[in-house]
Amino acid sequence: MGVTDEEGARRVAAEARNRVRFEEEALELSDQVYRVARRLVSTREEAEDLVQETYARAFRSWRSFTPGTNLRAWLLRILTNLNIDRGRRKQRAPDEQPLEEGDYFLYNRLEQANRDGGNVDEERVVERLSQDDIVGALSAVPHDFRDVVVLVDIGDFTYQDAAQILDIPIGTVMSRLHRGRRILKRELADRAMGEV
Amino acid sequence: MAGYEIDPCEKCEEAMQGYLDRMLSDAEVREAEGHLAGCPYCAKRYRFEESLRRFVRKCCAEEMPPELKQKLASLRTPL
Repeated sequence: MGVTDEEGARRVAAEARNRVRFEEEALELSDQVYRVARRLVSTREEAEDLVQETYARAFRSWRSFTPGTNLRAWLLRILTNLNIDRGRRKQRAPDEQPLEEGDYFLYNRLEQANRDGGNVDEERVVERLSQDDIVGALSAVPHDFRDVVVLVDIGDFTYQDAAQILDIPIGTVMSRLHRGRRILKRELADRAMGEV
Repeated sequence: MAGYEIDPCEKCEEAMQGYLDRMLSDAEVREAEGHLAGCPYCAKRYRFEESLRRFVRKCCAEEMPPELKQKLASLRTPL
């Protein structure tokens, strides 16, 4: 075997090793990717499809991932792009202005409702809310706001990562996150009071 | 941060998300903590927000179906 052949063979072997490592690392993150995907879409089936499409694409284009950068954010960027490509934006009214209240609104409502029960323990008052309330309220938050809340509060991404994943400025991440959390709390207040 | 002398609780409410996300400047943190130390009304609401965030995270965590894990592994490039 000539020198060039040997080099070529070494290159092929090195690439195969890198690809295997990439695929293993990506698969190790799949639980975390699924957890975020599940809250970005409405049904479990949609989440499963989206995660499968994401991994199919990631395995095809693994060479465009820069080793040493955040693989979880890279996977989520593929996933959110696929989700947007599915045309969900069209379903949304362009001038939708969700209602929001201040940050103390939910607590104030819960405290009012609990007043007859005497002193309110602020760390236990959340127990008035059920898991269904939380999941339902989150899914009622419009997509643009929900995406950011899900990435930061459920996916544990930094503002910077969320900005890169969604391809929006960091200032937009912050304002959507703050507004999204307020919208979520207003939705929760409606549910906790039995208004939904 | 101006405003604590005019309507301190409203100002503190506005600072809450930045405070819990550790996004405030040192001066802003000092101002918020100065107010929280003497205001049980705001302190309760800050503690509630922390519990709520934990609760939301817990309620929204749904395990990946085991079959999906297998399907993803089958998408790997064959060796």
